[in-house]
Amino acid sequence: MSFPWANHYNPTNPLMKWMDEKLPLPRLVYNAIGAGYPVPRNLNYFWNFGVLAGFCLVLQIVTGVVLAMHYAPNSTVAFASTEHIMRDVNWGWMLRYAHANGASAFFAVIYVHIFRGFFYGSYKAPREMVWLLGVVIFLLMMATGFMGYVLPWGQMSFWGAKVITGLFGAIPVVGEGLQHWLLGGFAPDDAALNRFFSLHFLLPFVIAGVVILHIWALHIPGSSNPTGVEVKSESDTVPFHPYYTAKDGWGLGVFLIIYCTVVFFMPNQFGHPDNYIPANPLSTPAHIVPEWYFWPFYAILRAFTFDIFFIPAKLMGVMAMFGAILVWFFLPWLDNSPVRSGKYRPMFKWFFGALIVDMAVLFYCGGAPAEEPYVMISQIATAYYFLHFLVLLPLIAAMERPKPLPFSITEAVLGADDAAKLAAKS
Amino acid sequence: MMYRLIAPVIGLFFALSVLAAFVSGAYNAITEPAQPTAEKLFHRAPKELKLQSDGWAGTFDRPQVQRGYQIYKEVCKACHSLKYVAFRDLEELGYTPDQVKAEAASWQVPGIDPNTGEANMRPGLPTDYFPSPFANDTAARAANNNAVPPDLSLMAKARHEGPAYIYSLMTGFASQDGYKNDKGQELLKLFPDAKTPQGLHFNPYFANLNLAMPPPLANGTVTFADGSPNDLDSEAKDVAAFLVWTAEPNLEKRHQTGWWFILFLFFATGLGYCAYRNVWADKKH
Repeated sequence: MSFPWANHYNPTNPLMKWMDEKLPLPRLVYNAIGAGYPVPRNLNYFWNFGVLAGFCLVLQIVTGVVLAMHYAPNSTVAFASTEHIMRDVNWGWMLRYAHANGASAFFAVIYVHIFRGFFYGSYKAPREMVWLLGVVIFLLMMATGFMGYVLPWGQMSFWGAKVITGLFGAIPVVGEGLQHWLLGGFAPDDAALNRFFSLHFLLPFVIAGVVILHIWALHIPGSSNPTGVEVKSESDTVPFHPYYTAKDGWGLGVFLIIYCTVVFFMPNQFGHPDNYIPANPLSTPAHIVPEWYFWPFYAILRAFTFDIFFIPAKLMGVMAMFGAILVWFFLPWLDNSPVRSGKYRPMFKWFFGALIVDMAVLFYCGGAPAEEPYVMISQIATAYYFLHFLVLLPLIAAMERPKPLPFSITEAVLGADDAAKLAAKS
Repeated sequence: MMYRLIAPVIGLFFALSVLAAFVSGAYNAITEPAQPTAEKLFHRAPKELKLQSDGWAGTFDRPQVQRGYQIYKEVCKACHSLKYVAFRDLEELGYTPDQVKAEAASWQVPGIDPNTGEANMRPGLPTDYFPSPFANDTAARAANNNAVPPDLSLMAKARHEGPAYIYSLMTGFASQDGYKNDKGQELLKLFPDAKTPQGLHFNPYFANLNLAMPPPLANGTVTFADGSPNDLDSEAKDVAAFLVWTAEPNLEKRHQTGWWFILFLFFATGLGYCAYRNVWADKKH
């Protein structure tokens, strides 16, 4: 889709004309991320993170494909092949650190992207499908990230795989069978490692496919913006290229500076030392912790320590952990305030702040050992998490009196929008 | 419209369940407060250690790493393998190819007799990896009071604050009688059962306070050709420096490459910023 005033692709070069008749791929790119895509002029830097996420996906696929050329998915040699990459493959250490920290960067960027959506109501009509596909991407990323962490076959790889697949064991009746089927055995071993490698290679391309759908769905209504007011006239928008290619370009530079600082100067900061110990099924690490980007959900999992009637605590924890993400699927219908942007929602703003604090607390507790007071703190934080999405958001939408919205994006930016007012009158 | 009703019910179900867990946890915490363990009260965080390889411009202090290698060769290798490191890697420590050849040849590695095909031992080649002192874990256990001495290649990355931990462990062996922590609590008075079992050695820097390894280094355990200090503290530092190198032999290259990346990125980002200002100059936003 596009607005009526969008630039039209008009090739002058004979080769490009020929190409446009046979396969209008350049036209597609022009209309998707070129001058043919009109974008609100008032996007702030939080809107950079979609492009950054796309960059991270490409980075992970490129480094990952090369790493796969040197890695051996066999439980007897996987750890040694990782060390072979680190020591003997030319620039192997750089590839592996870039890939391992690339996962962290990807999740960091995605979390900002998701919370941007939370605050500015990006999930609301007419962009529900963009949001739903985004949650699907996030779930695929979690699966991919988890399986990737298993591949070096260190202690945390092994025990992480054991704990996470053990979650399926909590499902009544079929749980144990399902767990054995997923692992291809009673404990993680060659069968599990091989299928995790296979899926870890496959899923990023599935993600790439869903990302295309995500962008496609986005281009139907066009990008949202910080005011949440829909585009009304040409003065509300600028062409994606050169305006946002320039803005995303320098944003990417800032991101790369931070990312390269981590890769080259603190590459093991986000890993766990135990994963430099080869997997040993006979020795359980003192504290089994997943990677940092799973901590909030790991805290939710561990917060349920009490059987509820006939439901065992472990099953409650598993349901809550998956539920904590699945609830995002229902967000467009849970928050039915007609105002999109949190900027104009005085009550929502406070609760959004509380959610950020709540996630930070869960994050901290998820990385801490399963001891008091961390478990008790994460229980309070988990309660707020579910109340926020399922009880408070609908209530806020019903009770809140939003602040007046600007007439248009142009008015929000320039203070007045005569053209749009005239157009609205006629 | 149903979801308007279902959503808060589900939300309250999870919230109340987890709050029930909170109440039961809080009740337990009050009625049966968690008892501090000996490990919790007496385990020490690693001492501070400064090495030339620290920081963003860190490099290897080659004489120090060479001294560490000598200690490995004369002391550690009796029990610990170094299986991810090859003799050829020693060239990075400043040895010439001939010196590396001679060094490799001074080690016996498992081989195959070319005439009979039987397993034998032969002098090492630069392409060989450091040989393990034991044929397998069972042999290692049998010789070491049922404990397997871990491989040292990655030790500096496989523990929290690895280099400082290695240094602290080497220098941290203490007598358990009358041992007090920083708060002045005496271990054996508070926990009479925590007496170090026969065959283990007390060391507050080790996670559970007792480890199978006897103190490997003491003042003057090794003598350095260049007369460098060989007190326990210096030796421990040298070993730590050596194990930083074995764990991360590309550290110097990583730092150097990193600076070029950052330098280029600052330049490119600066240009990108100028382009951005230029493109947006006529657009208020």
